[in-house]
Amino acid sequence: MARKTSDTRRWGFTILAWGVAFLIFFPILWTILTSFKSEADAIASPPKFLFFDWTTQNYAEVQSRSPYFRHFMNSVIISVGSTLLGLLIAIPAAWSMAFQPAKRTKDLLMWMLSTKMMPAAGVLIPMYLLFRGWGLLDTRAGITVVLMLINLPIITWMLYTYFREIPSEILEAARMDGASLRNEILHVLTPMAVPGIASTLLLNVILAWNEAFWTLNLTTSKAAPLTTFIASYSSPEGLFYAKLSAASTMAIAPILILGWFSQKQLVRGLTFGAVK
Amino acid sequence: MGSITLQQVRKTFGEVEVIPGVDLEISDGEFVVFVGPSGCGKSTLLRLIAGLEDVTSGRIVIDGQDVTQAAPAKRKLAMVFQSYALYPHMSVRKNIAFPLKMAGMAADEQERRVQHAAGILNLTDYLDRRPGQLSGGQRQRVAIGRAIVREPSAFLFDEPLSNLDAALRVNMRVEISELHKKLATTMIYVTHDQVEAMTMADKIVVLRAGRVEQVGSPLELYRQPANRFVAGFIGSPNMNFIEGEAAAAMGAHAIGVRPEHFTMSTTGGQFAGTVGVAEHLGSDTFLHIELDGGTPIVARAAGEFPVDHGDRIWLTPQDGRVYRFDQQGLAL
Repeated sequence: MARKTSDTRRWGFTILAWGVAFLIFFPILWTILTSFKSEADAIASPPKFLFFDWTTQNYAEVQSRSPYFRHFMNSVIISVGSTLLGLLIAIPAAWSMAFQPAKRTKDLLMWMLSTKMMPAAGVLIPMYLLFRGWGLLDTRAGITVVLMLINLPIITWMLYTYFREIPSEILEAARMDGASLRNEILHVLTPMAVPGIASTLLLNVILAWNEAFWTLNLTTSKAAPLTTFIASYSSPEGLFYAKLSAASTMAIAPILILGWFSQKQLVRGLTFGAVK
Repeated sequence: MGSITLQQVRKTFGEVEVIPGVDLEISDGEFVVFVGPSGCGKSTLLRLIAGLEDVTSGRIVIDGQDVTQAAPAKRKLAMVFQSYALYPHMSVRKNIAFPLKMAGMAADEQERRVQHAAGILNLTDYLDRRPGQLSGGQRQRVAIGRAIVREPSAFLFDEPLSNLDAALRVNMRVEISELHKKLATTMIYVTHDQVEAMTMADKIVVLRAGRVEQVGSPLELYRQPANRFVAGFIGSPNMNFIEGEAAAAMGAHAIGVRPEHFTMSTTGGQFAGTVGVAEHLGSDTFLHIELDGGTPIVARAAGEFPVDHGDRIWLTPQDGRVYRFDQQGLAL
């Protein structure tokens, strides 16, 4: 009897889990399905789920109307660039906070994180004016720096927590062995923190890839990433649901695939065998 | 060369004074053991010598050179850590070669030295493994290998054996002692285990609360402890202390007798008591005795001594083996 109830419970939870997963995934699925419909089918009521005239015309039209590849390259450059730039600053910062903490290190960390709680719209006007003044509007360099700055607190926090798990004795051993600070970070700390740095890198690429507020406000065409590309299809006039969906699918596909392939590599021991 | 001199070395962490001011002279080639209960500042003292902590005041001189402000690597010392502190992402070969690489040594010379060290430490077959694939004892040998290749003027060991099991600890103890004989390099060794201190040291430095209580050879400390703390810390089992009338009769606040310095009898003697627990090891017999005044005593008899729980027993300290201490605990 007991066995039977636990089986029922397990089935119940399994179905529930699948249900929740489906709910979360449904908007993406719907977007992908819509991208293969004609504009008429896309707004049909009641909605057509699977039985409609499948077409790839939207993709062709989106390709011909706007340069997908340029936006894609912009997204890659901006998200990877801002993440690498952020790591360059955050690794030494996290090192000093993890291994040479001062009295106010904890406060500093909290303060850094608190900047993420501020609504971005609050600084939009000054940022816009600064960008205009410096001639950075619609430049890849400008938007890369902005995305780096807004993600820097998260990068630093993540690295800080990873670094904290590395025993400081190993770094002291490196110091005794004659490693300069540069060599200590380059040859000992960074290789040991590779899994942590990799997951930080991935998460921040995704965050930067999906970032829509600053990219929409500070870029228009030359430096515009895929977010701006999608937004250009949400026009108040005319019905472009299918084309919008095709654009969205093309925008999220690369990051979805990247996430799918890298999830396994991210789960790995950090300091295997270093300290008993 | 590897003589080390500490002059009034002081260390405070914020308000807390950990080392109130230590003077110490270590000559070239000596095996010195810092011993004391946990929290006595022995590891801090070692880290000050290594340069991993900055001294608050005082001077550290190595081979006649003031290194008080010098970076750890500039002091020509090598350190072996309690947790081994190996680089987990490098092979054993790379771990051992790391200090040489940092010194910018040519690759073939690096390899020659690594092979030499691996030969001494029986690690030749493991050079391509990662630390994670080694046993605790092997890891410790890699850590020692990494120290040897630099040919330092002195080795610093920070409780290197405390992560090993008891049997391995005895083996490694002998290995480190042999290594010292072979290399004849100064070694400073920190431990809380007085057996390690007694068996390995040329010179023991007993520390308590950051203060040097006594410095001397193992047998000097055993025979002439400067105070009650050293007397109680050195020797196993610990020295017995008897206060009250018996001590007053000898003109002292307390007298101390080591467990092995009692003559025991079941018929009569100086102190009468009752056996609590009797531990018969064959080679020795340890008796936990409560004297009639209530003072607990541990006594050791060589070989077998047939008494059991509840038996009456009389103890007489051997001639010249009674230590006398004043009110402050200083030896009289």
